[in-house]
Amino acid sequence: MNDQSNNLLEMRGITKYFPGVVANSDVDFDVRYGEVHTLLGENGAGKSTLVKILFGLYQADKGDLLLRGEKMEISSPSDAISSRIGMIHQHFMLVPTLTVAENVALGMPSTRRPLTDLDKVSKRISEISEEHGLTVNPSETVAHLSVGERQRVEIIKALYRDAELLVLDEPTAVLTPKEVDDLFVILRRMADNGRGLIFISHKLREVMSLSDRITVLRNGQVVGATTPDQTSREELAQMMVGRAVRLTPDLPPNEVKESRLSLNNVSVKNDSGTLAVDNVSFEVRAGEILGIAGVSGNGQREIAEAIAGLRTIEPDGLIEINGSNVSDTNTRSRRDQGLGFIPEERVPDGAIPEFTVGENLILVDHETDDFVSRGLFSFDKISEHSSQLVSDFNVKTPSVNTPTSSLSGGNIQKVILARELSASPSVLLACQPTRGVDIGAAEYIHNRLIEQRELGTATLLISEDLDEVLGLSDRVAVMYEGKVIAVVSGEDAEREKVGLLMAGVTETVDA
Amino acid sequence: MSDFFTSSVLVATFASAIRLATPYLLASLGETIGQRSGVLNLGVDGVMLLSAFFSYWTVLQTGNLWLAVVVALAVGIIMGVLYGIITVFFEATQGISGIGIFIFGLGFSDLMFRQQVGTPKPVQRLPSVDIPVLADIPYIGEPLFQRSLLTYLAFALVPLTFLLLNKTTFGLNIRSVGENPQAADSLGVSVERTRFAAILIGNSLAGLAGAALVLQLGIFQPNLTQGMGFIAVALVYFGAWRPLGVMGGALLYGLVNATVLQWKSLGIIPVSISDLAGMAPAIVTIGALILLARRVNAPAALTKPFSRH
Repeated sequence: MNDQSNNLLEMRGITKYFPGVVANSDVDFDVRYGEVHTLLGENGAGKSTLVKILFGLYQADKGDLLLRGEKMEISSPSDAISSRIGMIHQHFMLVPTLTVAENVALGMPSTRRPLTDLDKVSKRISEISEEHGLTVNPSETVAHLSVGERQRVEIIKALYRDAELLVLDEPTAVLTPKEVDDLFVILRRMADNGRGLIFISHKLREVMSLSDRITVLRNGQVVGATTPDQTSREELAQMMVGRAVRLTPDLPPNEVKESRLSLNNVSVKNDSGTLAVDNVSFEVRAGEILGIAGVSGNGQREIAEAIAGLRTIEPDGLIEINGSNVSDTNTRSRRDQGLGFIPEERVPDGAIPEFTVGENLILVDHETDDFVSRGLFSFDKISEHSSQLVSDFNVKTPSVNTPTSSLSGGNIQKVILARELSASPSVLLACQPTRGVDIGAAEYIHNRLIEQRELGTATLLISEDLDEVLGLSDRVAVMYEGKVIAVVSGEDAEREKVGLLMAGVTETVDA
Repeated sequence: MSDFFTSSVLVATFASAIRLATPYLLASLGETIGQRSGVLNLGVDGVMLLSAFFSYWTVLQTGNLWLAVVVALAVGIIMGVLYGIITVFFEATQGISGIGIFIFGLGFSDLMFRQQVGTPKPVQRLPSVDIPVLADIPYIGEPLFQRSLLTYLAFALVPLTFLLLNKTTFGLNIRSVGENPQAADSLGVSVERTRFAAILIGNSLAGLAGAALVLQLGIFQPNLTQGMGFIAVALVYFGAWRPLGVMGGALLYGLVNATVLQWKSLGIIPVSISDLAGMAPAIVTIGALILLARRVNAPAALTKPFSRH
């Protein structure tokens, strides 16, 4: 079983065309028994396409697939599952209204046909849980589980189907640093038992720590294959992007001035009416970046929406922008006070995808005299203004009249950034500014945020990317279960310490 | 009003409530199964009209009631195949496709009636079948155990639908494709096949509902249903996608209907406003829906066509 000389999987010369794009071009990729082989690449590099072909969700236009040395045709997920291929998708493939056992049993033959055999399934789940250290209650409804628990259910689903080749598509995106460590222990043990794992990620730190081998894709082609001990994060980033990139931004010293944004005892409810932000107070001063670190779902979204004016706060709280109370005002008047807002969801919150680049660039100011004369749009002015922004902010678009939806995520983000920064905000609320954008675009956005800091903008940066928060922030506030449980200065913010705080561990911080 | 509260009138009202609830219950249970798989069918009323006409016509031609029921079932299945092809394979927008089915059913049943029958002629009705011993229980024997086989079937389908949805692998498939079809697909469950099967069951029951309606009345006229199929869809929301809740809704609707009819015949409601009183069941339903609107959880993928790309 542990015959290292044999490949569990071999993909040879895989080519896949989509209308107008070559998603995979002559890709060779293999996985040995007992190893973790990482597929690394930017968004759109072809990683997902390749594993979707493996899992039968797409069909390759060219190329061969060999499983355990034999040529295979995999034309549907059922084929893949019966060939003992398991896939853990980036977005959980769970039915929230069903129990853990029902989710695991779904699609499997029952011993009590036509009835389900959930008792048996639950028993087997408990065995798998014990064997692999994946604690979860089989009769619990998935909607009640934490993100980490859902991840475990996904792995149990694959193990229940006796998967020997396991594909993990960005499995760490929603986990705390601690949960990531736990997951890696489990994954490593699974590999040691002889399984083959394909790990897809763009988080270089994780790739370096988990992988046995690394294959880098760019523009649908394999651009390099290496191992962690022969490479570095910087070199991997260079392979992914095709040029040298600086991974951690340099934060030059800067003069911090008066308070621009202040929150006093702010509490906010989420959509289901429970308290998502619990009595939070902080201030952001001119010329500083305050970063909020935290695992997704700890109140960051709600606090951002409260500051932007999209969500009402509880009565005894106070939000001030440039000294004036904006607690009960709408988004427009907050913008008039100098607030710029980069929302978490690029589309549809930040830009309207059906609109052209030019239209999205004037979306906030479209009623002002700059773009309207005698009640009608002045298209010359709009086009002049937006062309200027497109070139200033390096937006890659055929023209300002291109529909925004046809741009890449990174370029849409630059459109939003251009619109918000061109208004010279005195307070900037930046939520997940580089999520899902290319390393190159992320580097650009980081530099722009630092430039704003030098211009004296007060920036509140909310991000799930811990490296981003640590690299860009003068001060780091950690949110956990709706509270700011610690504020540490940028220089003192060590990765491990902040990681523990994100998991709610405060005791060891002083040690 | 005191005429109403006599035991014989109350028993008669209750009996007529059960009878009136039958077509609603059959159609709503079918629609529940369809909606749990993520498919909204607004064409129920059209399917009921078609099946009602064809089963009426069958009785006119052959005098065979059971053949008429089989014909209604067949009409339901044919319309189910049509609706399945439109919504599952062509991924058409469900709301508007269902309206199309309704308009087709309304127009075609009307046309066929005018062409083939012309003036309404009464036919024999579904006989009631007494259940031994139980039928003789005072007060509840008549309403509950002296009913037609289709009524017994409708109420038997309540626990059966519950079992189907919650205790079988097919039911698990139905619920999962209605909540998260991508997840079901990733585990090798065919979303298309599951939804198609759920649509077929739903339309078959709508077909039986049409038969129950026309064979209880013993006569057909154009637009016989007067929107009953749409009420049946509303009852699914009312019952929060659960068979027992749907049954509660159908019974409430039947009871309000029966009471209004009874009050009309007793003169409690004056003739001058009797048409207005006919709206009472609809108003009760809308009121109940507004009250219940906050607690319900629709299947997450309801009305969303599924495709892999």
